[in-house]
Amino acid sequence: MTNTSAASLRLVAEAARLRSFFETSGATLVEADMLQPAEVLLDLYGEDIRARTYVTSDPLRGELMLRPDFTVPVVQMHMNHGAEPARYTYSGKVFRRQEEDLGRASEYLQVGYEVFDREDPAGADAEVFALFNGVLRGKGLSAVTGDMGILRAAVSGLSASDRRKNALLRHIWRPRKFRSLLDRFSGRTPLPAARAKLLDLLETNTQDVLLENAGAQVGMRSEEDVRARLTVIQEDAKEAPISRNEAEMLEELLTLRAPAPQALSTLRDIAVDMPSVATATEAFEARLAAMAQRGIDTANLDFDASHGRSSMEYYDGFVFSFGKTGQPAVATGGRYDALTRVLGQGRSIPAVGGVIRPDLLLAAEGAI
Amino acid sequence: MTLKLGVPSKGRLMEKTFAWFGKRGIELARTGSDREYAGAVAGVEGVELVLLSASEIPRELSEGRIHLGVTGTDLVREKLAAWENQVEEIAPMGFGQADLIIAVPKFWVDVETLDDLDAASAAFRARHGFRLRIATKYHRMIREFLRDHGVADYQLVDSQGATEGAVKNETAEAVADITSTGETLRANHLKILSDGLVHRSQATLLRSRKAPWADSERTALKALLAKLDV
Repeated sequence: MTNTSAASLRLVAEAARLRSFFETSGATLVEADMLQPAEVLLDLYGEDIRARTYVTSDPLRGELMLRPDFTVPVVQMHMNHGAEPARYTYSGKVFRRQEEDLGRASEYLQVGYEVFDREDPAGADAEVFALFNGVLRGKGLSAVTGDMGILRAAVSGLSASDRRKNALLRHIWRPRKFRSLLDRFSGRTPLPAARAKLLDLLETNTQDVLLENAGAQVGMRSEEDVRARLTVIQEDAKEAPISRNEAEMLEELLTLRAPAPQALSTLRDIAVDMPSVATATEAFEARLAAMAQRGIDTANLDFDASHGRSSMEYYDGFVFSFGKTGQPAVATGGRYDALTRVLGQGRSIPAVGGVIRPDLLLAAEGAI
Repeated sequence: MTLKLGVPSKGRLMEKTFAWFGKRGIELARTGSDREYAGAVAGVEGVELVLLSASEIPRELSEGRIHLGVTGTDLVREKLAAWENQVEEIAPMGFGQADLIIAVPKFWVDVETLDDLDAASAAFRARHGFRLRIATKYHRMIREFLRDHGVADYQLVDSQGATEGAVKNETAEAVADITSTGETLRANHLKILSDGLVHRSQATLLRSRKAPWADSERTALKALLAKLDV
């Protein structure tokens, strides 16, 4: 797509304005390579990301990806030689392959702000949100917030084995799959026929017999892998279902959407029966207090417990977005402590940040 | 202008396409020498035969260089993004049937469904340090299918032929490929997942939504469809 020069100058100026706003707020300007090693991103986001990114290759470096965002390279840069605490800003194009909707941009500018700070996570969350709120004020946008930490805490507190809880946590980003696992684990859907049949076989036969009759062992997934999972399947069959009460509470939590003070009150009620969310609820409360201190009108702040569940899977705490209903978000962000652990290979640092799309911001302004 | 009809340029797919049209009173034929890709149409006015590789027909339709084409629905779905916006399926032709399926080694007695595959992939990655590999040439369809069914922690590895051998050769742990009888799968110690049918393909007559449709082409199409009775 080509821009008329006036529009494109305006876009560049807007990106520069946002970037210098973040610089003035104390961020160091950083750059990132446009070509990123594909393997890192594929391992992080899964094979799905191929549908949404431009993958190319180089005979020497292997598969490369046009950067779909700055978060991963900025985290890597920080983990390799960043001093703590750190605040970064960046501005540049990201690239998203579009397979279905020609109307969506395949390259666009992003201006971001990221905080790496071990002290006071509530304060860092509030700092990022308040900065975005400040620079986006008066543009006719509304904010939605959420907290993946509360959902994770609720799942971790279920009366179920770690194995079942980990399976749910692994799919927290895939609402449909999550729901079908929860239905299975709480006994609301019966065992699939294939599983029931396998369990019947395991009742009357040893694993040895089953494996002996199953044919040649080919491939790298070994007999040991199969046996390990058969044992898991047998253990799982013995496990008591997650109680109806717990499953319903989790669902109430997943569908919780209210102004922040009411959400907090509901969460406190839920925490009485589900103590695992108590700590996360306290963190939510501390964040609200820190936000109020920075002048945010928390009484009218929209909280949606499932917000961020279908975005790229790395946010694990506070999440937020600014936009207009039914349109792509102008700004998105959140906390991604776990991502730094994955990329830091043993090291980690609490991190929170967000990005703004100057093109959508200008479009939103124009529409006021 | 003439209506351009693209059909597979060789093999059984070409012969069966010719027979299908022949049975409906339209004679398609290759002309010139054996090696020359030229053709002729008799029995209807204003239609020109274009002989193409079956795998190129989806692209030619989406580019609008041919008006009609005959190819497998698997190729249409694999090669074209949002295929419904680019081509219309006019008539299934009843041959070239093949199922795109996901198969795993038969000795994986713990894996019968996609949910099992997902759980096995998570365990495999934790144990082996890399994502479970599925060999295929149908990248788009398999990726979309696995995404819709909540399978994660896998990777697709490209395999343009002899895909069933990938597991034995240890270049993949599972495969996603076309099968008609399942014999090659069995011979390679593989089994199809009980919910692993991704797509049922067959040769299909397709209309391009992107080709220029002037009056002359519309008239020819009408005459052709009347004759074909589809």
